[in-house]
Amino acid sequence: MSRIASLSAAEKRAVRSWTAESLRAEFPILQRQVRGQPLRYLDNAATTQKPRVVIEALVRYYEELNANVHRGIHYLSEQATLAFEQTRTAVQRFIGARSHREIVFTRGTTESINLVAWSFCRRFTQPGDEIVITHMEHHSNIVPWQMVCEERGLHLRVAPLTPEGELDWRSFERLLGPRTKLVSVTHVSNVLGTVNPVRQIVQAAHAVGARVLMDGAQAAPHLPVHVQELDCDFYVFSAHKMYGPTGVGVLYGKEELLEAMPPYQGGGDMIASVTFAKTTYNVLPYKFEAGTPNIADVVAFAAALEFLAELRMEEVATQEESLMAYTLQALQEVPGLVIYGRPAQRCGAIAFNLAGIHPHDLGTVLDQQGIAIRTGHHCAQPLMDWLGVPATARASLAVYNTFEDIDALVAGLHQARQFFRI
Amino acid sequence: MSDLRDLYQEVILDHQRHPRNFRVLADATRLQEGYNPLCGDRLILYIKLRDNRIEDIAFQGSGCAISTASASVMTETVKGKTIEEAEALFHAFHELVTGQESSEAKHLPRPALGKLAVFSGVREFPVRVKCATLAWHTLHAALQGRDETVSTE
Repeated sequence: MSRIASLSAAEKRAVRSWTAESLRAEFPILQRQVRGQPLRYLDNAATTQKPRVVIEALVRYYEELNANVHRGIHYLSEQATLAFEQTRTAVQRFIGARSHREIVFTRGTTESINLVAWSFCRRFTQPGDEIVITHMEHHSNIVPWQMVCEERGLHLRVAPLTPEGELDWRSFERLLGPRTKLVSVTHVSNVLGTVNPVRQIVQAAHAVGARVLMDGAQAAPHLPVHVQELDCDFYVFSAHKMYGPTGVGVLYGKEELLEAMPPYQGGGDMIASVTFAKTTYNVLPYKFEAGTPNIADVVAFAAALEFLAELRMEEVATQEESLMAYTLQALQEVPGLVIYGRPAQRCGAIAFNLAGIHPHDLGTVLDQQGIAIRTGHHCAQPLMDWLGVPATARASLAVYNTFEDIDALVAGLHQARQFFRI
Repeated sequence: MSDLRDLYQEVILDHQRHPRNFRVLADATRLQEGYNPLCGDRLILYIKLRDNRIEDIAFQGSGCAISTASASVMTETVKGKTIEEAEALFHAFHELVTGQESSEAKHLPRPALGKLAVFSGVREFPVRVKCATLAWHTLHAALQGRDETVSTE
């Protein structure tokens, strides 16, 4: 008997072999045409498309399971609660967390960061303490810190970048000190695609007694993530950027930290008992999940996690790496095209401009050919200032993108040059 | 690509490559900044008003083809016009690119659009309306004597 034949059904699914081409049939939206052309979806850093298994999980939830969680004694509530908590366990496994108590569901990465900004800083900072971020952060990893710094008298320190678009390590290290309480850094840049040296960042921050939040929104869909190996204190990401539904985010936090942090919002589900004299809070993770959560989307998120687990994240990373190498090569051959950043490791996103064509015009011309890219500041205005441009075009990849998608993009860029007579 | 030709008509491409009145106006009596935070387009409008008339007008800034051409054609069109005539053109242009009648301007006479008609294709591209109207909103604010930066958001 061959090895594969001897595996259980579940294990068989885990060794599924795939190509981008073979996955496309599983994404209904990729079958449609846009403006009379086959859709070439290259805006995956904004949100990915959803495989049929995720869409079906949503429908199945509403048709067969719908009830509120954690409160009903009836059958449906019990089943809905079970499904909801199964996703929590699936997330725990997916990122290698020690306990399901360390997985908090939020509305998205942004809410996860806001939760840590307010709750962590209330408990663990004093006026004059410092928060360290980098120049390549998304607005959602800048603005919450500005808000909390202003209210609590903290100082926000920003680590600069090298000309290659990587973290300037020596400057970063110099920013760390006894007053540094938290380092909040993106794992992968949503504009440059730079993969940050996350292990070293965690070690350096821990060496001065600071905690670390990793913004994994652009990493979790592309790279294997193991939070215990990484040893980061918080890891945050969004379901909708990794083939799951919109409106679901994850906050991973080390249990002892979450335990010490005060609740972020008050309401139902996050309490143990309420009297007007004294309210006691629920245990982890429910302490941080006030109100009825986004049950249906959390339940369907499990299907996305299973989808990715079947593809194996190591394999996802390998296949996307070769597509990224092809994309870089192909774009570099377009005359007048400028690629921003030259990081040693680039993942997911690639930002560029075409000389003589404003990215907004470029986006319109490509859209007419069914090619969806993002143009603008990508919610990273400080990074745009650093690059010295008001805006860029950005192509971002997913598991279903093919070499043909990139060829179509390159053909579209040539057409744009012809159209604007560059 | 035929829809694209409707959007980017020859006149627009010409004005994008060679914007008219693209300079600083040293003796401007009004100065207004316009900003489109969505795409980062930014322009500064210089206006020299005399006796209720736009004696001279110029602009500086950076933006996409639609916003640059729109600012350029606008300066050509409103130079020499009275404030009331320029305001009427502002409303007429808005109606042209959005396809919606402005309630504010119901009572105003409809001026001839002239060269501005080349922007009629913008109507089919709703996400580009802000590009086309940035310069005009900036002009409107300048003529109303507002101080703050105009934003199309």
